[in-house]
Amino acid sequence: MRQSLINEGAMERNRVIRRLGSAGLWLNPIFAYFFLWAPILILVLFSFNESRSVASFTGFTLKWYNNILNNVMGAERAFSTEIMLNAFRNSLFVGTVATAISTVLGTMIALAMARGRFRGKRLLDGLLFLPVVIPEITQAISLAIFFKVVFDWVALISGERMFPGFHTIIAAHVTFNISYVAIVVRARLADMNPQLEEAANDLGANPWQTFWRVTFPLILPGVISGALLAFTLSLDDFVITFFTSGVGTSTLPVFVYGLLKLTVTPEVNAISTIMMVLSTILIGISLAMQGRNASRA
Amino acid sequence: MTNWLKRNQKNGSFLAAPTVVWLLIFFVLPLVIVLVVSLMSRGRGGVAELPFTLAHYARSFDVFSIILWRSIGLAALTTVVCLIVGYPLAFFISTRRRRRAQQITLFLVILPFWTNFLIRTYAWRILLGDEGTINGFLMSLGVISEPLSLLNTQFAVLVGLVYGFLPFMVLPIFASVERFNFRYVDAAHDLGANDVRTFLRVVLPLTMPGVLAGCALVFIPSVGAFVTPDLLGGAKGLMIGNLINNQFGGSGNMPLGSALSIVMMAVVMLSLLVYVFANRRDTGA
Repeated sequence: MRQSLINEGAMERNRVIRRLGSAGLWLNPIFAYFFLWAPILILVLFSFNESRSVASFTGFTLKWYNNILNNVMGAERAFSTEIMLNAFRNSLFVGTVATAISTVLGTMIALAMARGRFRGKRLLDGLLFLPVVIPEITQAISLAIFFKVVFDWVALISGERMFPGFHTIIAAHVTFNISYVAIVVRARLADMNPQLEEAANDLGANPWQTFWRVTFPLILPGVISGALLAFTLSLDDFVITFFTSGVGTSTLPVFVYGLLKLTVTPEVNAISTIMMVLSTILIGISLAMQGRNASRA
Repeated sequence: MTNWLKRNQKNGSFLAAPTVVWLLIFFVLPLVIVLVVSLMSRGRGGVAELPFTLAHYARSFDVFSIILWRSIGLAALTTVVCLIVGYPLAFFISTRRRRRAQQITLFLVILPFWTNFLIRTYAWRILLGDEGTINGFLMSLGVISEPLSLLNTQFAVLVGLVYGFLPFMVLPIFASVERFNFRYVDAAHDLGANDVRTFLRVVLPLTMPGVLAGCALVFIPSVGAFVTPDLLGGAKGLMIGNLINNQFGGSGNMPLGSALSIVMMAVVMLSLLVYVFANRRDTGA
């Protein structure tokens, strides 16, 4: 009798827990998706708000977008569309060059790690892993100090003063991109059948021919994915660029940071909305391309 | 010469050489310089100068220990909140029956993160400001008469960090829930375990690799955060990343900034070690 009472109590408790659990499993995603989407949607919404306030929506307008085109930014502050476009061009230039160099270097090290037999590979593994986990700000200031020291030495020896600019930003971007490219290409190499290379070798191809005729076409989707990842990271980077850029070489994120530090204005909301739409389109295209590559291979 | 080339071609080290040289120059050497600078005195204009000293490390753990602990605390809290929100969310996504629904629910987590980090953080300034959307909404409802000060607080930094890094928690957990065989749950129930027990003894241990990876992926960038506390934290929400940044301005102190970033790197390395050990114990058991 007593035994069954306890059991019933326990069963009742289990039922309550189960009901709470399933309610939680439904409420959690509702809250989580709201949390993820509300800030972005509100940012977009208020870029169309008639009044300058972000406290309530009073009516629809496009005038803030118009202001940007007419070089007006917030309370009579001048804003230069020209400077913004220039920053965007800088971003594209830095991204392209850094992607090209880091894709070559990253692919080479990935091949060496996958196929090579040499000492210190474990150590090299660690070295490749470090740039991914190290805090951005640490990498940023270490590069800033490094370039300062190098430029001081150059000035001391040659009397010529060097300044940070595209070369320093590109060097920094290549450094953090190499690891990401190497990771992506190595994953592709791991999926590849090494006997294909052996077969090419047996059929009399030299290593150079084997690479260009067999290995490279097979890892190409991985190389393209790695390059796209590098380009995206490069375009998106703020902290490291902030510490390594010089006068006139600001990239788009560095320029945007200058705006966002100011007070909230509808024009800044409008620029943010434009950038959001652009980056969504860009990443969408690159993912679609990757998907096509993956399915073709 | 040809012999040397042949030998190297075989072992592949010549392929690694250019990249290794690049990383030694632009990654290892700068870190070594930071370490050396962190041990030097502060000269005029904040630059490094001889003699060597440990004073900056002493200050890091003395005057700045509040900010150091605040950074670690905020990063830990961010990790916990991300876990509480992210774990059930990952479960929700991977238990969608139709493939399409699963893709969409996962995509809805990833899509907001295609936007630049700066802009995503800025969006919270609109929401949290004194004349922001949350205060405007609450005041129009008459819940409050004075605006709540939400922006430029540690709370704002916490919200921003959770917002910034939540997918890093969801994705690895999703991957390990995907691999989880739900028949184990039936088996546990058949053997008389209730829901709580089943969760704690079966589901959680088997999804632990995802949980650990997610925690590492959230904690590490949170400790070193710079943009989030800079845009949302103000003076009250200052973190170690901002402190380091401040040492490189006009009235800065480069050796102190270097010492602080070495300390931060040590924290990151320590948490990575914890992750590796926890992971090894988990997979070993």
